[in-house]
Amino acid sequence: MTDSPVLPLNRTCPYSPPAEHVRLQRDEPVARVTLPDGSTAWALSRLDDIRSMLTDPRFSANRQREGFPLQPRGVRPDADERPLLIGLDPPEHGEARRAVVGEFTIKRMNALRPRIQQIVDDCLDAVLAGPRPADLVPALALPVPSLVICELLGVPYADHDFFQSRSANLLLRSIPPQERFVAAKEIREYMAALIVEKAKNPGDDLLSRQLAKGADQEELAGLGFLLLLAGHETTGNMISLGTMTLLERPEALAALKEDPAVTPQIVEELLRYFTIAEYVTSRIAVQDVEIGGVLIRAGEGVVTLANAANRDPAAFTDGDAFDLGRAARHHIAFGFGAHQCLGQNLARLELQIVFDTLFARIPGLSLAGPVDELSFKEDSTVYGLHSLPVTW
Amino acid sequence: MRITADLDRCVGAGQCVLTDPVVFDQRDDDGTVIILSTTPEDAETIGRVREAIRICPSQALALAEPGTTS
Ligand code: HEM
Ligand code: SF4
Repeated sequence: MTDSPVLPLNRTCPYSPPAEHVRLQRDEPVARVTLPDGSTAWALSRLDDIRSMLTDPRFSANRQREGFPLQPRGVRPDADERPLLIGLDPPEHGEARRAVVGEFTIKRMNALRPRIQQIVDDCLDAVLAGPRPADLVPALALPVPSLVICELLGVPYADHDFFQSRSANLLLRSIPPQERFVAAKEIREYMAALIVEKAKNPGDDLLSRQLAKGADQEELAGLGFLLLLAGHETTGNMISLGTMTLLERPEALAALKEDPAVTPQIVEELLRYFTIAEYVTSRIAVQDVEIGGVLIRAGEGVVTLANAANRDPAAFTDGDAFDLGRAARHHIAFGFGAHQCLGQNLARLELQIVFDTLFARIPGLSLAGPVDELSFKEDSTVYGLHSLPVTW
Repeated sequence: MRITADLDRCVGAGQCVLTDPVVFDQRDDDGTVIILSTTPEDAETIGRVREAIRICPSQALALAEPGTTS
């Protein structure tokens, strides 16, 4: 089959999935597709199919397996390098997740609220003291999640600027690749040194508690790096896309300003509506599996068109509409199954605090230009905005 | 009706707690679910419990109808 469509396609409209993804969902929910690197895989686009795939032990999350779909060439981790939590299968995954998930309970996340509030307020103080227009990506969307991860890991306050600037350098398009590489190396080295320091002088933080439970230092450095990788750009992109969306929808913004109790629902709908990390739930079959009458063979990759799935008419009424009244928590923007986002309740809290605070403190906020002039991360695995100029 | 949880499956995502914090909680050490109220009676609570069962990413929750075991 040489005429299978080349997928995944880039989004052309920030508010909707590519038309071809939607067509596949309707006509060919389990589709043979060609990936951008020329290899073939299956694409799933219905919510139910993806949910059952993600809870089926015949699929593996191990990105190091030969043939795992959508892995950037040349940077595939060496087969002997220790895999991160996100790439583990049972029984190793359950053990590793159980060891850290106590750090992410709703109770613990709520205890972080005052610190997150402080971080957001500090960023907004700087925005308000600075020139107009201001770019909210480097001023708010990127620093908030990286400083929150500092808080979680127990990075000393004096090192926050170092940590924040290096992690922003990893993500900003304006930074040349060579400098990004240096930033990644510096963060890894910093993480390793921080763990040695925590072993000597424990604090009230995730790293110290993991060390006290006997965690391996190298593994812990890997976890620290994964938390930054998984929690920084994702949350940052949702902050910028969410701000843009709310500024474009006065009725939603008015509802949020009027009653903070609706903020969690708005955040949930934003997560569904953008489904920014839709391909990270891709998998590889390790045994033959039949889905929707189609046989997927062991060794074949499965790519998830989760943005289309999060509007699947079988699961959401009028899924293309941004609807504040929707009960949307059965979306898969955080994935599904055993790997469902470890940091989801941290991300929810950060987004709620950011939106509540931003629009309360800068009531006259508006976009500095039209949405169609904004620069979106169309070709990136995690969708988002490169910059968000605003004024007030 | 009785709510049951398979703690070997639970991955501590806390979705159940978000759905009904009166019925569900999480253990502090490993984040797994604690059922605070195992036999919900009013229809609204049962509705939320059904929602939690649907949303739970690891399919760890179930409602045992009266007269059945497990
Ligand atoms: C809005 C922001 C976020 C989105 C959209 C998001 C999305 C996702 C998705 C879709 C997965 C599933 C990956 C898979 O199935 O292979 C995932 C896993 C994960 N996320 Fe998030 N995430 C966000 C924020 C965060 C934050 C703030 C953290 C931590 C500080 C985090 C840490 C993780 C980790 C560690 C995993 C792997 C869990 C496992 O394999 O058991 N994420 N995330
Ligand atoms: S939603 Fe499911 S996986 Fe998450 S804590 Fe509750 S029972 Fe466990």
